[in-house]
Amino acid sequence: MVCRYCQRIIISLLPLVVSPLAAAEGFVPWQAVGDSIPQPLGGLTGDASRGREIARRKDLGNCLACHRLPIPEAGFQGTVGPPLDGIASRLNAGQIRLRVADESRRIPTTVMPPFHKDPTTLNQVADDYYGKPVLNAQQLEDVVAYLMTLQ
Amino acid sequence: MAKLLKMGMMLLLSPLIWADQPKSGYDYLQAETQAMQDDEFANPGMATVDMGHALFNTPGNNGRRCSDCHGEDGEKLDPKKIARYPIYNPELGRPFTLQQQVNFCWEEHLDNIPFVPGCTELVALETFVRNRARGEPVNVDISGPMRPFYEAGKALYHTRFGQMNMACYVCHDQYAGQYLRGQILTEGQTNGFPEYRLGSGRITSLQRRLEECLRSFRAEPFERDADEYIDLEVYLNARGNGLPIETPAVRY
Ligand code: HEC
Ligand code: HEC
Repeated sequence: MVCRYCQRIIISLLPLVVSPLAAAEGFVPWQAVGDSIPQPLGGLTGDASRGREIARRKDLGNCLACHRLPIPEAGFQGTVGPPLDGIASRLNAGQIRLRVADESRRIPTTVMPPFHKDPTTLNQVADDYYGKPVLNAQQLEDVVAYLMTLQ
Repeated sequence: MAKLLKMGMMLLLSPLIWADQPKSGYDYLQAETQAMQDDEFANPGMATVDMGHALFNTPGNNGRRCSDCHGEDGEKLDPKKIARYPIYNPELGRPFTLQQQVNFCWEEHLDNIPFVPGCTELVALETFVRNRARGEPVNVDISGPMRPFYEAGKALYHTRFGQMNMACYVCHDQYAGQYLRGQILTEGQTNGFPEYRLGSGRITSLQRRLEECLRSFRAEPFERDADEYIDLEVYLNARGNGLPIETPAVRY
């Protein structure tokens, strides 16, 4: 395993060596307006069926740990967060984007993990995840597209 | 306005309700698991108590055994003192955990090479010793020199860590009783440690449990016996003052 400090150096050099990979893993800055991020991250278009898969998988979104979603094959679904069925009739895409990217902007004591927050603002991240947001920009847009299908 | 008033009332009342009545993880278990914990013969953690008991009666390099001072079955150990750990150690100027105390005796009084913190034998001895105080209410004194370490632990409990930017309080103070997938969240009390975990099938020390919580939100755990873990143990044990010691508790 590479130590955190070496990793920091490697990560800072990474864009020079393998820029496509770095782009896939890295953080794309966003701008909040009120309680929303109106613009899709990096101008990307989300894919709802990929988003459903990301929301289900424990190693990706793991949204089901806390929320109920219309994904019947997934078994146990958590009760920590509000159920998300019908979320798109309550919130628009920009509002959903902010809540998934960083819910602590709205609710400082939230338990919901920020899925696309500037990694340099995070504390004591495990080596394997150092320097990366939980979901990359494309994955985040995929999840937003999926939630937008839940009318 | 009515909403504001209601919120104000809740803010006023909630610290009272909650500071006075900590709730053991036991209360969140299914009845069969509670029965398993309560029955000495069914509790799988008792195998570790037996292992600790054997070590307690094993001669050290100078021929002495723990039992020479504390009785063959530890009957000369005072449950009230066991329930006070971590205690202040004036020589260190820091808190001393029960596990550190056991390791100290092992080295100083039996002339043995000290154990690596958290290793199987040391946790077994700790489990045996804390089991002697089963039922005794946890009673950590944070009024004197322990106060700053309690405050440091409390600050850590409220610090966000890891890629998922989580803090202990966001799960264990806000969502006790709710489900994280199939797992029920509890207050994260420490009165049952070392405890037997049905999921992994092994005895788990408090520091190992904290490592698991930290890893679960993708934070780098601290080194074994780091000041942070000791301070957290002071805070967590004191937060559960009054809860009966359950060692070895059975948990999921
Ligand atoms: C560890 C728990 C947890 C996880 C994991 C989690 N959430 Fe949440 N989420 C919450 C909680 C709790 C809230 C309610 C806000 C609050 O009280 O903090 C929330 C709020 C939301 C909201 C706003 C709901 C509303 O009605 O305003 C959306 C949208 C949302 N989450 C989507 C997601 C998605 C998508 C994922 C996975 C990619 C996810 N959440 C993962 C706990 C979680
Ligand atoms: C994402 C949610 C989450 C966070 C954040 C979290 N834990 Fe936990 N913790 C759990 C779960 C799940 C369990 C197992 C079920 C239970 O006992 O709550 C657990 C168990 C525990 C237990 C054992 C309780 C018992 O009775 O056996 C302790 C002690 C504990 N946590 C302390 C902490 C501390 C200290 C922190 C911060 C460093 C922390 N936890 C952060 C989810 C979390």
